[in-house]
Amino acid sequence: MVASVTSLGRNGLYDWMIQRVSAVVLAAYSVFIIGYLALTPELTYEAWSGLFAGTCMRIFSLLALLCLGAHAWVGLWTISTDYMKATGVRFIFQAACGVVMFAYVAWGILVIWGL
Amino acid sequence: MLVSIYRYNPEKDQTPFMEDINIDIPEGKDLMVLDVLHLLKEKDSSVAYRRSCREGVCGSDGLNMNGKNGLACITPLSDVVKKDKLVIRPLPGLPVIRDLVVDMSMFYKQYEKIKPFLINDTPAPAIERLQSPEDREKLDGLYECILCACCSTACPSFWWNPDKFVGPSGLLQAYRFLADSRDTAQDERLADLDDPFSVFRCRGIMNCVSVCPKGLNPTKAIGHIRNMLMQRST
Ligand code: SF4
Ligand code: SF4
Repeated sequence: MVASVTSLGRNGLYDWMIQRVSAVVLAAYSVFIIGYLALTPELTYEAWSGLFAGTCMRIFSLLALLCLGAHAWVGLWTISTDYMKATGVRFIFQAACGVVMFAYVAWGILVIWGL
Repeated sequence: MLVSIYRYNPEKDQTPFMEDINIDIPEGKDLMVLDVLHLLKEKDSSVAYRRSCREGVCGSDGLNMNGKNGLACITPLSDVVKKDKLVIRPLPGLPVIRDLVVDMSMFYKQYEKIKPFLINDTPAPAIERLQSPEDREKLDGLYECILCACCSTACPSFWWNPDKFVGPSGLLQAYRFLADSRDTAQDERLADLDDPFSVFRCRGIMNCVSVCPKGLNPTKAIGHIRNMLMQRST
């Protein structure tokens, strides 16, 4: 058993499942948004902001946002452990990724919920 | 035919280099790459490589030939030679001891990690532990591995993390024991494979499948292990 402290699920299986499930959610969200854009002939500000005013849409968006954060974290953590052999460099990279992702998720929540 | 061979003798050479040697190939015969190495050794006896059975059973002459891993003894020239040129390198990703001879300790360490032996804590029967033909069949495509390391040294995930990722060869063997009806340590075995590296570094690109000289499929075995891990945890 290779102990690893910084992977998201703290175990390979959970990381792997997080990666798959979040990918499905992100795919569904992308399809939905693209479909919406394609099927809405005239996209006005009212229509667009109306779409994001609904609670369902907000929950869906929040879910997609969290999935994006988790997906990106697992992916970048994996890449950094593949290619960055110097512990210091890897640590700084992972810390930077974590901070940036947290900032984006927090900011995204503010945007979606209009707090 | 022009043979370009990787040379490195740490006692003499500062750095590895490629040496080009012209070899006369007898007409009308499809030699194996190993035969070419013998012809080469006749010309220059300092060339070092491993070999033993010369018929694809022992697994000692795994090499990289024109960019693809395989066993030199069962790889005919007609399969690999392009434009009358053959480039021979050691298996990639492992430390080179000399010329084509690599240090396989990392590879064996991973093999050791998966406990490649039957574990059974029930009292031993008088004669032997029996297995139904159906259960025995589950080991087909697994037990045939000769540990030549062609697959693991073709796997990028093993190149980057040879100390943590078990690699296709080791995982094929891990599944060989997970699938054995006579083994009682399934849960312990799975618990040892649950971390982010041992199994889950496999990215499923199937380099291992495309090089295995025995035609085995480590990617499929890895998929089975993943399913077993999933069943155990969900
Ligand atoms: S399928 Fe997995 S084990 Fe095989 S070469 Fe690819 S990453 Fe390596
Ligand atoms: S799985 Fe195939 S390539 Fe890999 S070590 Fe076994 S025999 Fe060699």
